[in-house]
Amino acid sequence: MAEVEESSKPLFAGLSDISISEDIPVEGDISVPVGSQNADNDFSTLDEPVKDTILRDLRAVGQKFVHVMYPKKSSALLRDWDLWGPLLLCVTLALMLQGGSVDSEEDGRPQFAEVFVIIWFGSVIITLNSKLLGGTISFFQSLCVLGYCILPLTVAMIVCRIVLLGSSGLVSFIVRLIVVTASFSWSTFASTAFLADSQPPNRKALVVYPVFLFYFVIGWMILTFSPSH
Amino acid sequence: MASPDDLKFQEFEEAADLLSSNPGASTLSISSPGAAASPGDVRVDLSDDEDNQQESSELLGGEKQTGGFWTFEYYQSFFNVDTTQVLDRIKGSVMPLPGRNFVKHHIRNNPDLYGPFWICVTLVFSVAISGDLYTFLINKGDPEFHYRPQFNKVSIAAVTVFLYAWLVPLGLWGFLTWRQSVERQISGYTFLETVCVYGYSLFIYIPTSILWTIPVYWIEWLLIVIAMVISGSVLVMTFWPAVRDDTRLTAFATMAVIVALHALLAVGFKLYFFKTPTHTGSSHPGQHTTPAANHTTLAVGKPSATN
Repeated sequence: MAEVEESSKPLFAGLSDISISEDIPVEGDISVPVGSQNADNDFSTLDEPVKDTILRDLRAVGQKFVHVMYPKKSSALLRDWDLWGPLLLCVTLALMLQGGSVDSEEDGRPQFAEVFVIIWFGSVIITLNSKLLGGTISFFQSLCVLGYCILPLTVAMIVCRIVLLGSSGLVSFIVRLIVVTASFSWSTFASTAFLADSQPPNRKALVVYPVFLFYFVIGWMILTFSPSH
Repeated sequence: MASPDDLKFQEFEEAADLLSSNPGASTLSISSPGAAASPGDVRVDLSDDEDNQQESSELLGGEKQTGGFWTFEYYQSFFNVDTTQVLDRIKGSVMPLPGRNFVKHHIRNNPDLYGPFWICVTLVFSVAISGDLYTFLINKGDPEFHYRPQFNKVSIAAVTVFLYAWLVPLGLWGFLTWRQSVERQISGYTFLETVCVYGYSLFIYIPTSILWTIPVYWIEWLLIVIAMVISGSVLVMTFWPAVRDDTRLTAFATMAVIVALHALLAVGFKLYFFKTPTHTGSSHPGQHTTPAANHTTLAVGKPSATN
């Protein structure tokens, strides 16, 4: 025993000389906990019914729609971002705006691909711009905010189509103009409420202007939409 | 403790002399021994002057060529402007005062890409949208005309504007650098400064294109002349000091090419996007001399616009 005490003091020297006597108990319990399906029930969504999965995502998307319609400075939109809502809105808008190929000889309406590309490419460029100017928002959070704030413009598009079903004269044009202007300013205001906090204060206008231009162009595409007779 | 203070004070005087004699020089590579800590102290204490503040903010913000071109910080250094700076540069491009070089006075070694890029994008959309409006207003009296938004024009406008705003400065910069290597007293500009000047000089075309929707013939051409004079003079005043020391032929030829390309852009915009319509309404640029004879309502209604 004295032998063990003396030779265990220098840490790595003479380790091979140590012999473990039977007085030092070496025992324990090595066993894997068996209940593995109980341990990760927080993270595994593989076993739930499909209805639950879809409803959970739809509920998240719907909640964010409500946040956009009543914009206040909450961080819920930024915290759990998702791109389902922007995709849904973008596809709806592009489908409603596109010109059919069976139309007459000079259909200058934007094609589905053009609207899609403008919305996504525009969002990416605005996000890059705000990051280059020193913004603290992350890439996908910004894409999420810009995409969700297209919601008022999509609503305006639906309203415009309904108005155009009735008449297409001067009165309908004025109604459409008012609706599109209101929704475009709502979109700009909503996205500014979410995005402006992440910018240094002397560059806020530099970041807000491209957002304004983006929604203005989309609003213009909605306003000049003319139905094919 | 007296001698380190003396050293610090002398360092700064030398630097101030150098700066005042050549304000355009970059002060990025200071490698004198014993000056590692002292510029930091001196900078904080004595940077009240605007020029010094700008130089020190450059030094504080890091060298211009931070990292390689594959890092994000490299591109972030080109967006190092504030709202007031951008507005100031736009004002300088709209009101060119003689003797004020745009690059020296406004850009001051801090060229940015924000201005040129977003001015080009705005110009693309303003030309396309105003052209649409103009076509609509011109054809308002025509019962057979069904308004269709010409969305494909946006792509054409985009290609034209971006080619002009990036390829022409590239060519000009290459030419000036070549001349600079041949004759050494010419002072050239960096590529980014050239792009910056061209980008900001395009700003005047944005309100011009909006005003082009007024379908009165002489107003349109008057606007073209005014816009060309203003932005052309910005370009001329910027590049004249660079070519002034060259042979007279080269100098005047360079100026003439710059002005001619700028004029070509303006007139091209007018003729393509704001053309008075022919009977088919299809896209033939330069058809403004052909009167729309097949539409009697148009010919009767607007004789002066179809010249």
